[in-house]
Amino acid sequence: METTSTLEKTLRLIALTLVVIFFMFPIFWIFLMSFQTNETILAIPPSIIFTPTLSNYAALITGKLTTAAGTLDIAFMRNLGNSIFLSVTSVALALVLGVPAAYAFARHKFKGSEDIAFTLLSFRFAPPLLVLLPLTQYFQWLGLSDTYFGLIWVYQLICLPLILWIVRGYFEDISADVEYAYRIAGHSWFATFRKIALPLAGPGIAAAGLLAFIFAWNNFVFALVLASADKQPVTVGALAFVTSSGIQYGQIASAIVLSVTPTLALALYAQRYLVEGLSLGAVKG
Amino acid sequence: MASTATLRKPASGFRISRKMLPYVLSLPALLVCIGILIPFITAVIYSFQRYRLSQPWARQFNWGENYLNFFTDPAFWNTLKVSLLYAGITVTLELLLGLGIALLLQRRSTVNNFISIMLLLPLMIAPALAALMWKLMTNPSFGILSYLASLIGLHDFRWASSPSTALLTVVLVDIWVYTPFIMILLLAGLRSLPTQPFEAAALDGVPRTFVFFRITLPMLTPYILTATLFRLLDSIQQFDIIYAMTQGGPGNTLTVFQVEAYLNFFQSTNVGRSAALMVILWAITYFLSNIFIKNWLRLRERARGEA
Repeated sequence: METTSTLEKTLRLIALTLVVIFFMFPIFWIFLMSFQTNETILAIPPSIIFTPTLSNYAALITGKLTTAAGTLDIAFMRNLGNSIFLSVTSVALALVLGVPAAYAFARHKFKGSEDIAFTLLSFRFAPPLLVLLPLTQYFQWLGLSDTYFGLIWVYQLICLPLILWIVRGYFEDISADVEYAYRIAGHSWFATFRKIALPLAGPGIAAAGLLAFIFAWNNFVFALVLASADKQPVTVGALAFVTSSGIQYGQIASAIVLSVTPTLALALYAQRYLVEGLSLGAVKG
Repeated sequence: MASTATLRKPASGFRISRKMLPYVLSLPALLVCIGILIPFITAVIYSFQRYRLSQPWARQFNWGENYLNFFTDPAFWNTLKVSLLYAGITVTLELLLGLGIALLLQRRSTVNNFISIMLLLPLMIAPALAALMWKLMTNPSFGILSYLASLIGLHDFRWASSPSTALLTVVLVDIWVYTPFIMILLLAGLRSLPTQPFEAAALDGVPRTFVFFRITLPMLTPYILTATLFRLLDSIQQFDIIYAMTQGGPGNTLTVFQVEAYLNFFQSTNVGRSAALMVILWAITYFLSNIFIKNWLRLRERARGEA
């Protein structure tokens, strides 16, 4: 880098500035919009100088939207609650099911283990609607349509492969000798798993759980097909809200801000693990 | 390894034979997923049936008719064309942009690390919500992008609501959301490359373009392939951004595979055609994912080896 000329430095700086503007501006702009009234939003030319208002957030939180045509009920907080409930329970279930399975795949090369692991991974790449459309009919027969239980089950398609493959990698990184030594000392298989393997893979399990949470939260198509209005998460709810509220742009912006804040916060918190998680353990961050 | 050791009886009671243990551990995860295989098979069966929700009495096997009809069906060729075009354009642009940004941020410094973390944020926003954000920004009456377009002389630029620019607009949203994915994978790849070849080339005074094309790029190829295939698999199945932005419109401008199948199922209630579309998409992704998994495994082993 000693040979870097001033011209090159300047060009790099310009390129990086453009990149940062392109990727950051939409977030910044929607954030500003969420504190604006419709009047300032509709002003031409657009300005970043305005008197901020919390009225958009207040309308969403109280669930009452006052328009010229009267008061409109909005269920956005319910959507937010659904998102939290669906994501948390789906990830919890996926961890309970996936961590032992990941341990089995990492420690025991049993017959067909690779085939099974790959079948589970292939779910990550299959077109979701292929399965979802017939599933709507099965759900009707089973009485699972529009239930949280049914949704959480389908969400395993997102969470399980992710947890299985990431956590498996972390278990493989733990030396088997450590566990073997503990076993020799007379401890049971389960005690070894609980006292040695789980704590050592702890950070990996936490990272996989956070990523699975982000993916579950961001999912759109599963709930669009399988859930009705009162079970919908924010991704589907926000779209419905746009259609129903029409021109309440400030509220739409604040609904978006509330919907993306949890995943953005988690991503910043766990960014160290993101590279490894997103590539399913193929690239170390 | 502990394979010959017999399992001691745990203090708390029950006993699982050593051989059965891995099956017992992975069984619950498997059972949950096997439930998914049933609708998959059902979808394949539907694709060989004449099946409309509006005429359930007329449901019968018509064997390959749904597929044969595609040959003379302009809507199908449009779906295939738009899907391939969308996937081709987004992945190519994201790869070039992602590689460029990764190279800009390659040197480890506080500023570069901070920027690379910031650039992750769009990737963490739900694609459906990202589409809504861009919808607000491209709104004809107040959208900031419509305003900026008018400043450079593009008055009444319709973005996603005009057939001529709809593809461009959704591609732009896709690039905004997914370029960071390619960028962070390639950045991690670049930073994990061995330093010796570069030091040797610097000592010999090798020109930088030569270093880039003959050393950096070849060594980065496995990472580029993994990132590209990963994106290609997702991009050819894109639904969220397109549906949230335009629901496949205007007209049939953006009816990619999954959007077309969704509309066929819920609007025209043509289950047979919808299932046949999904089976074709599945065949494409199956083919791609086999190439992907082979390449990805090699990379994963390398990562494990270096860890």
